[in-house]
Amino acid sequence: MHIVVCIKQVPDSAQIRVHPVTNTIMRQGVPTIINPYDLVVLEEALRLRDQFGGKVTVLTMGPPMADESLRKALACGADAAVLLTDRFFAGSDTLATSFALSTAIKKIDAEEPVDIVFAGKQTIDGDTAQVGPGIAKRMGLNQLTYVSAIRSLDLGSRSIVVERRAEGGTQVLTTGLPCLITMLEGSNVLRRGSLPDMFRAARAEVTTWNAEQAGVEDITQCGLRGSPTVVKKVFAPKPRNEKAVLVETEGKSDAEIARAAIDALFTANPKLEAEIPELVLAS
Amino acid sequence: MDFQLTEEQVQFQDMARDFATHEMAPHAGDWDEKKIFPEDTLRAAAALGLAGIYVGDDVGGSGLTRLDAALIFEELAAVCPSTAAYLSIHNMASWMIDRFGSQDTRQKFLPNLCSMEHFASYCLTEPGAGSDAASLRTRAERDGDHYVLNGQKAFISGGGRSDIYVVMARTGADGPKGISTFVVEKDREGLSFGKQEVKMGWNSQPTCAVMFDTLRVPVANRLGAEGEGFKIAMMGLDGGRLNIGACSLGGARGAMDAALTHVRERKQFGKAIAEFQATQFKLADMATELESARLLLHKAASLLDAKDPRATQFCAMAKRLATDVGFQVCDEALQLHGGYGYIREYPVERILRDLRVHRILEGSNEIMRVIVGRRIVSG
Ligand SMILES: Cc1cc2nc3c(=O)[nH]c(=O)nc-3n(C[C@H](O)[C@H](O)[C@H](O)COP(=O)(O)OP(=O)(O)OC[C@H]3O[C@@H](n4cnc5c(N)ncnc54)[C@H](O)[C@@H]3O)c2cc1C
Repeated sequence: MHIVVCIKQVPDSAQIRVHPVTNTIMRQGVPTIINPYDLVVLEEALRLRDQFGGKVTVLTMGPPMADESLRKALACGADAAVLLTDRFFAGSDTLATSFALSTAIKKIDAEEPVDIVFAGKQTIDGDTAQVGPGIAKRMGLNQLTYVSAIRSLDLGSRSIVVERRAEGGTQVLTTGLPCLITMLEGSNVLRRGSLPDMFRAARAEVTTWNAEQAGVEDITQCGLRGSPTVVKKVFAPKPRNEKAVLVETEGKSDAEIARAAIDALFTANPKLEAEIPELVLAS
Repeated sequence: MDFQLTEEQVQFQDMARDFATHEMAPHAGDWDEKKIFPEDTLRAAAALGLAGIYVGDDVGGSGLTRLDAALIFEELAAVCPSTAAYLSIHNMASWMIDRFGSQDTRQKFLPNLCSMEHFASYCLTEPGAGSDAASLRTRAERDGDHYVLNGQKAFISGGGRSDIYVVMARTGADGPKGISTFVVEKDREGLSFGKQEVKMGWNSQPTCAVMFDTLRVPVANRLGAEGEGFKIAMMGLDGGRLNIGACSLGGARGAMDAALTHVRERKQFGKAIAEFQATQFKLADMATELESARLLLHKAASLLDAKDPRATQFCAMAKRLATDVGFQVCDEALQLHGGYGYIREYPVERILRDLRVHRILEGSNEIMRVIVGRRIVSG
């Protein structure tokens, strides 16, 4: 099985500042880390590889120093790494990024067919959650986003069953390979790299492609030229108003109050009911 | 001269620190208190390559250098010197098999040692042969394609629990040239153990006497040639001493970090005791002495990696300095804690108890001076 994991080197959010005028992130002098959401899918990919055999290729688009993040992924056990770096990629928005990444994945796929593409749910610097779905769309892959767990994978029938968090409940979805998956934080924790893996990673060959080598034919779809997005304003969305539930307590026992609160919860979220095992309801 | 660690070494260090912080620190007090040998934690460390740091990678080792190992042991010991020190002994015994075992012997024992499926011990000291280890009397008589071992070893770390014992025994005349080295598996008939010693520190690992009563091992279990055993034992200790020294540096650093936190928080006479110049002078000396010991230790490790003829002398110098300085720094860290330092709730007293024995074992610090002095005088 061949799995491609898209990762991104991002400024450490704990130390980020936003430019007061342009509203873009000021990257200078901020230490970089692998986007935390990407670590979740990297671990999932490594687990699948450990279980089913095959190979994990990590892919990133970024400046030459993004090599560091790829080596960290190699040190945790990834098998191969590809770095897309070219001044033509600079200034890419999510449209241009998904174009460049999907072009590279097509090339990787031509060399060694890809079964699953993983991408982080979103990045902590852009927070759009658009790149994963963008790649899926451009490559015609089935897409499974906001996955919380992979239930099963059958390489014979080439099908995968996942749990996906949706509003008010969990969906269980089945689809065929190849597919693209993004996962929720907290689904797993990235393993520590062993000494031999670190040793290997430091000496490993990172494949570096410029736009042409990655197979890009239309350079106008890359970088600033391929990026119609303009950042107008950055703000935190207003929290949605949830109506408070009023439970009458006067003259009621604790059990009755609890029962009333639970009933109100289920009335507000009808999908929850199917998920709570009967045992709990009965008790 | 380049005093920078390589990028890889920084990574090894980060990994070891992360492992120590998350997998060891929360339990170290408990391991000491309840005398728990943390097998699962050790195996988790082994999965990261820490059980065969300088063992060849063809048998599951990590194939790294002594300097890499020193960096790693310092990080682990900053949290739990006792557990780090056991791991160091396991690494030493495994390396002896790697370096002096035949291809078959290596393939047979090392994969399980590198994964810590099997734990290893190093058996040199005897009740009558401590500092004068070359006077050891455990005998190994050749009998066809076997050796028959009789005798007793004292103070064996891992004793009773370890699966593999690397044993120095006499196959020839008196003196260092009559000694050979054997790998003895736990299940061999004739192997027995004394009672577990009750110790001041090093409580997360067992220590006991190991007895051999007409115990038969195949000739294939001998490491190196007959008569090479003492040399093999001493070569093992060159690296062992670096690791024990590194464990003292680590323990001292852990204690000093705790002291720093304490003096910043603790107020007397209306201010944090960190603000008294006397406190700052003490901290300055602690940091300076620790760093100088670390420099010597790293130099000794580099010499050993380079197979420099001065390596043995420098390893002895570094072990002496690092274990003495480490203990003193730890003692000062305890002093800075005041009464709190003497209380079990704080980690310093545990670290102090653990570090005390580093000045005695793997060759006492007096014996380190014997080694160094002899080489200086003979030129
Ligand atoms: C917790 C613990 C774990 C141990 N683990 C192991 C192990 O795994 N494997 C193993 O083989 N051994 C082990 N040892 C044994 C350890 O290496 C010895 O205790 C050490 O070598 C000292 O030997 P001794 O105890 O017989 O002391 P002695 O040799 O009796 O020494 C007593 C004192 O005399 C001093 N002295 C001796 N000779 C001289 C001299 N010529 N000049 C100046 N001073 C001298 C010593 O420095 C010491 O201060 C362990 C010991 C302990 C306490």
